[in-house]
Amino acid sequence: MNETELLSGNEALAESAIRAGCRFFCGYPITPQGELFEYMARRLPEVGGTFIQSESETAGINMVYGIAAAGKRVMTASSSTGISLMQEGISFLAATQLPCLIVNVMRAGPGLGQVRPSQADYMQATKGGGHGDYHCIVLAPSTVQEMADLTTESFRLADAYRNPVIILCDGMLGQVMEPIRLPETTPLSELPPKPWAITGAKNRPRNLILAAPYTEDELIALNVELDKKYESIEDHEPRWESKLLDDAEIVLVAFGTAARIAEDAVMKARDAGLSLGLIRPITLWPFPTSAFGQDHRKLRAYIVVEMNNGQMLEDVQLAKNSETPVYHFGKGGGWVPSAEDIYRESEAVNRMIQP
Amino acid sequence: MSDIDVPYCPGCTHGIAHRLVGEVIDELGLFDKVIGVVSAGCSVRSWRLYRFDMVLAAHGRSPAVATGLKRALPQNIVYAYQGDGDSAAIGLSELMHAALRCEKITVLMINNAVYGATGGQAAPTTLLGQRTTSYVAGREATRDGYPINMAELIASVSKHSYVARAALNNVRNIMNAKKSIKHAFETQQAGLGFSFVEILSACPIGWQMTPLRSLEWIEKQMIPQYPLGEMKVPNGLS
Repeated sequence: MNETELLSGNEALAESAIRAGCRFFCGYPITPQGELFEYMARRLPEVGGTFIQSESETAGINMVYGIAAAGKRVMTASSSTGISLMQEGISFLAATQLPCLIVNVMRAGPGLGQVRPSQADYMQATKGGGHGDYHCIVLAPSTVQEMADLTTESFRLADAYRNPVIILCDGMLGQVMEPIRLPETTPLSELPPKPWAITGAKNRPRNLILAAPYTEDELIALNVELDKKYESIEDHEPRWESKLLDDAEIVLVAFGTAARIAEDAVMKARDAGLSLGLIRPITLWPFPTSAFGQDHRKLRAYIVVEMNNGQMLEDVQLAKNSETPVYHFGKGGGWVPSAEDIYRESEAVNRMIQP
Repeated sequence: MSDIDVPYCPGCTHGIAHRLVGEVIDELGLFDKVIGVVSAGCSVRSWRLYRFDMVLAAHGRSPAVATGLKRALPQNIVYAYQGDGDSAAIGLSELMHAALRCEKITVLMINNAVYGATGGQAAPTTLLGQRTTSYVAGREATRDGYPINMAELIASVSKHSYVARAALNNVRNIMNAKKSIKHAFETQQAGLGFSFVEILSACPIGWQMTPLRSLEWIEKQMIPQYPLGEMKVPNGLS
């Protein structure tokens, strides 16, 4: 077992990527993902890797496309507005089924916005984001340990499904320091083989990475193939964590930074005699619908706590299978709730739903 | 090269450029390590003509994609084949920065002074006075901007590079184009730096001219604006 180390979320993510066999990083400077970017700039050359500071996020994601096409583990990181610029490239990565990791250390928008923590890119990440029918796998860590563990997992998922993976976090998770155990190093020789990769047609028929199949029938066939893959991901990969659901009357639903704070609110409420529980989606796509499948006898309401104007709210409304009302507690623009705020909101909802 | 019909309009010279690229790859013995990158425009169709590994990139982004491929596979030979809209308009930034970084890739740019695939709209390379479906009265400098001389521009920023301009309007120029394409690939093979060849090419449909008049138009109108020759030859290229 590795020693415990005190690391920031950004450092934990970057070091874990390298330990997972990622030797390529392409990106453009933007706050608040700077520490991740600079960690890679410093660390990759030490392990024989390649760091490229691209002239734009657009160029960066297309360098990722080239490196992923060559069959190498590769990542980029940016923040909201930069991720918007990458959307065309992400659609191409999804269409050509190229594995890679895209980290969005979200900032508050819309527009240029501010660097304060936010969860306003939930829809963009989980519903496609760019043009055409596609999905990225979206993971939402809520601790520094998870920034590390989900990075390892993201490269595994990307290769297993030949699909881009997004880690959605924010500047708070990126900068908070916590003692964690870093994952073991995967030797490059143990990475999965990629017979589809572009390497030069030596002693084999040629490989093609085609973002546009040549005929209409082929394009429809690609869409059917992608849809099947997405169904399989939805069947096998949803994950979530729940707390104290058995006797909860009100269940909070939150991911990432909001979930950390919501967890404190649950404890606070329990101390005060209010039975709160928590569902924390870890995969935002596929959304963990099953977490909402069994309504517990005492459940009377969900409160979706998000640092945005109500985005995951829609997925919760679709996932729940009863008449249980769903409330939203959240605001965009860089608003971060305190545990006290969430507790008070829960009390207000509790009063409202009393028979 | 494969046996499919060349998918271009009558009189288009893209097919000649493809043929030259194929010949150079064979003559230099690069078949099993060459990787082609194509992006949107008429130029994209070349992926069907060859038998080696190829990647289709987003419009304008092939120099960035080629950068990624080459950094991941430094022993391979990576080239991008771009049109003038792809390279000089939407993808100018990716192309210039690949050149500035001295990426060891080869970019072949077809300059036919219009957007062919979308029906003959103006490109950054459209000549002053030239009529297109988007500059209906002809390109006027103070309204529509000046034509861009890509080869000179790249030669001015990229020290370790091979930069040339060629044309496909007669046999002599075609043979020179082949030489330039060969030098570009040799520059990459030797690991000397970036290599770029701008190739003046006919688009009779986009220009609304006969194929023969198109070849004359290259000679009389395009070459004076876009002079031919090698603009930069890196030290070490024999």
